[in-house]
Amino acid sequence: MADAVATTQELRIVGQPIQRHDARDKVAAAMAYAGDFALPGMLHAFVLRSPYPSARIVKLDTQRAAAMPGVAVVLTARDVPKNTLSTDVPGQTTTVGPLRATLHVLAEDRVRHQGEPVALIAAETLEQARAATEAVDVEYAPLPSVFTTADALAPGAPAVHESGNLLAQWRIARGDVAAGFARAAVVVEGEYVTQFVDAAYLEPESGVAWIDSDGVITIRLSTQVIEHFRDVAEVLNVPQNRVRVIGTYLGGGFGGKEDVTVEVYLGLLALKTGRPVKMVWTRQESLLARAKRHPYRLKYRTGALATGEIVAQEIDLLADSGAYAYLSALVLLYSTVTAAGPYRAPNVSVVARVAYTNNPPTSAMRGFGAMQTVFGYESQMDRVARALGIDPVRVRAVNTLRRGDSLPVGQVMETHVAIPELARRAWAALGTPAAPRAPHVKVGRGLACNLQPYGRIVWLHDWSSAWIGFEMDGSLVVRCGAPDVGGGQASSLCQIASEVLGVPLDRIVVHVSDSALTPLSGTTTASRQLYMSGNAVLKAARELRAQLLTVAARLLDTDAEKLEMIDGAVHAPDARTLSLRSLLVECARASVPRSHLGVYHAPAGEPVDLNAGAGKVFPDYTFGAHAAEVEVDTETGEVRVLKYAAAHDVGRAINPQSVEGQIQGGAVQGLGYGLMEDVVVEDGINLTTSFATYLIPTAADVPDVEAIVVESGEGLGPFNARGIGEPPIGPPAAAVANAIEDATGARMTRLPITAERVARALGLVTE
Amino acid sequence: MIRLTVNGQAHELDVPSYRTLLDCLRYDLGLTGSKEGCGVGVCGACTVLLDGKMISSCIALAVFADGREVTTVEGLAEDERLHPVQQAFMDAGGFQCGICTPGQVVAAKALLDAIPHPSEAEIKEWMLGNLCRCTGYYKIVESIQAAAGQARA
Ligand code: FES
Ligand code: FES
Repeated sequence: MADAVATTQELRIVGQPIQRHDARDKVAAAMAYAGDFALPGMLHAFVLRSPYPSARIVKLDTQRAAAMPGVAVVLTARDVPKNTLSTDVPGQTTTVGPLRATLHVLAEDRVRHQGEPVALIAAETLEQARAATEAVDVEYAPLPSVFTTADALAPGAPAVHESGNLLAQWRIARGDVAAGFARAAVVVEGEYVTQFVDAAYLEPESGVAWIDSDGVITIRLSTQVIEHFRDVAEVLNVPQNRVRVIGTYLGGGFGGKEDVTVEVYLGLLALKTGRPVKMVWTRQESLLARAKRHPYRLKYRTGALATGEIVAQEIDLLADSGAYAYLSALVLLYSTVTAAGPYRAPNVSVVARVAYTNNPPTSAMRGFGAMQTVFGYESQMDRVARALGIDPVRVRAVNTLRRGDSLPVGQVMETHVAIPELARRAWAALGTPAAPRAPHVKVGRGLACNLQPYGRIVWLHDWSSAWIGFEMDGSLVVRCGAPDVGGGQASSLCQIASEVLGVPLDRIVVHVSDSALTPLSGTTTASRQLYMSGNAVLKAARELRAQLLTVAARLLDTDAEKLEMIDGAVHAPDARTLSLRSLLVECARASVPRSHLGVYHAPAGEPVDLNAGAGKVFPDYTFGAHAAEVEVDTETGEVRVLKYAAAHDVGRAINPQSVEGQIQGGAVQGLGYGLMEDVVVEDGINLTTSFATYLIPTAADVPDVEAIVVESGEGLGPFNARGIGEPPIGPPAAAVANAIEDATGARMTRLPITAERVARALGLVTE
Repeated sequence: MIRLTVNGQAHELDVPSYRTLLDCLRYDLGLTGSKEGCGVGVCGACTVLLDGKMISSCIALAVFADGREVTTVEGLAEDERLHPVQQAFMDAGGFQCGICTPGQVVAAKALLDAIPHPSEAEIKEWMLGNLCRCTGYYKIVESIQAAAGQARA
């Protein structure tokens, strides 16, 4: 392990449901989100987007638009210093990866999806910018196109890119699959289909850019990745230290603000006009333009012994990347690694492919490829249990990976896999079964478990840094580049610093997410921020503590190890105390620094050869089990979730209130995915570009989610925490599908599970 | 020219007839607490009170508020003291990213004005026009129950 982060000491602040420092600003609406910011003399900017999913640009004339009242500038591809944007592996690492994923900042001679950016317009007012956007003279000649992955991979299919439509593939093979099936008492086969969904954060993409008095192009926006300042610099062809990204507290991210959104456009417009520029996407634009979650076709063939023990898995995955690569190859890697679930799979083969189409691009979203597979492996697990007449909790316990076992990819599980306990507790939390409300209403229960990596792929050599320093009055400053997406990332860092340095929370100020002024700490993605930056803060705080206590020990004439830092003072074993203020004065006199920069490096490794199937891919995993009780109206197909329990082993809950919030919010997003959310794309045209048509769960749609927080003390994060940002979104769709089969005998294999689909499965509707 | 009172303060404004009340609040009056989440009246991020009644300010025209009284989220706290609904959201953790929170607290205040002791079903029914993508609603419902002086059943 790269750094020792474990602790056994008694905790005072960590583990408490403390009030977050951002609470008051948020309830009082005093938080200045990206779209709330304004500067004098600011221009308003718009993007002109392609209405066609696949077309050649025959003519692009901006003269008329540029001459319109109030228009400051109209930009096309020709005006972009370097029109290629790299879109793979953002954050603290810039190299390594299966391929270089790129796209054009503005389309050159061809568009490959509806909504692809073609021109940028900035004007004095929003209305003028909008009017000018409509005045850009552009002509398209439609090109052959392809809208399904099956068509895309068929011989002779129109090529979305010259490199061909197969973007990436991964394969894993372990053991002897044929021999496994030969031993099996039961073989279950299933094909599952998942849909496009949108991150649908309530805050659309937004930001303001200006050239600051030091000449640095400064962009203040809502982003999960401030390190995109490098990508902006590359596109503008300026040195990286001439671009600064200030990340605001986000109004939600969920992976949708991991890729570049408005920052490159804003940087370009500020550079070209020399004026401050603001860009705020409407909901319609956000739904049209931002990358979606990958639709998958998942084929599973599973063989099990009469005991329920799985002895063979044959898995074939096919994902839709849409028109550009973005993070698709990595999303697919997550699917490949997690394809068999948190279970032993001695004989397994996984073939995973992702193809280009002329659909909307797909990229990162909470769960990142480890989500779609849950619907596959947990539907299969349930079918195995049903075929063999085994209890759903037991069949999972029988197959759960144990410490020392390895995943199909050959990664050995180094920490505790709590699946049996989590499954038992989630299942028990459903309590006594509800009685059906009417004869035509059936009630059933389902269980689904998952594993989700936290932290980045080990060959990305991930790291994070944080700076902690005392002011002379004993108040404390934490600086860390981590964007706060709303999960309380920044507040957890305060808790950790408070714990180690004994400074009350109201005496700590945290500055986050500024590429110029906070030490870089990588992306708030991959459930990594608490793990990585929490460890960086922990390291910084421990080393700072050691620095200070050496001086305190001299003043108190005792050993540093015997001293405690509590409530703003140093305490000696004999009850003598030393105020922080006097200690800091003495540090100043003795030239002992009152600050420290902590850098945490995650366990690193070399790229594994998936074909050889041996090696570590992720630092560690978080495990969960969700249980649902549903009622199904057998006359209409309508499904209502009556009860829901979600259990996760979070290692340690730094702030239990935030952890519960993550679990409840993630589970409800997962229920939306399972039951209602659907970006409807027909022949490459997105038909759901409004919240009136793209429906997400409301308060009235969802059950009370009982969050069950289990603390095994086994994580790699600070105080042995595990990442909990993504994991809770994984199991709901499968838990509900399993409950529906329990209630009605119908097996739902396509998401979302709408009333219409259930009605069809129940034979209520025929073609 | 329209005259409207916002959070107790009288304003006279020249606004184009197509200007929404939300844009008027955010851009003309600098009250950025109300947010735009959808622009079509379905997410509730822009919720304000017009003569005490809850509306979506993104689909109301500013001219419609002529001669009337608007209360925005900025008008809930008195001096430095948070409104009890805001305090409850803070204590119960009824927020995460916080972008929906202004709309949630305004809608919750309107609910408690109309029904001081709502049942859980009444809360969910009233609040269904206020989307939240982060919390899963559990702690929002809990916050409203706390503000109404109830513990969760
Ligand atoms: S912005 Fe007004 S309801 Fe969504
Ligand atoms: S707290 Fe983020 S949308 Fe509600």
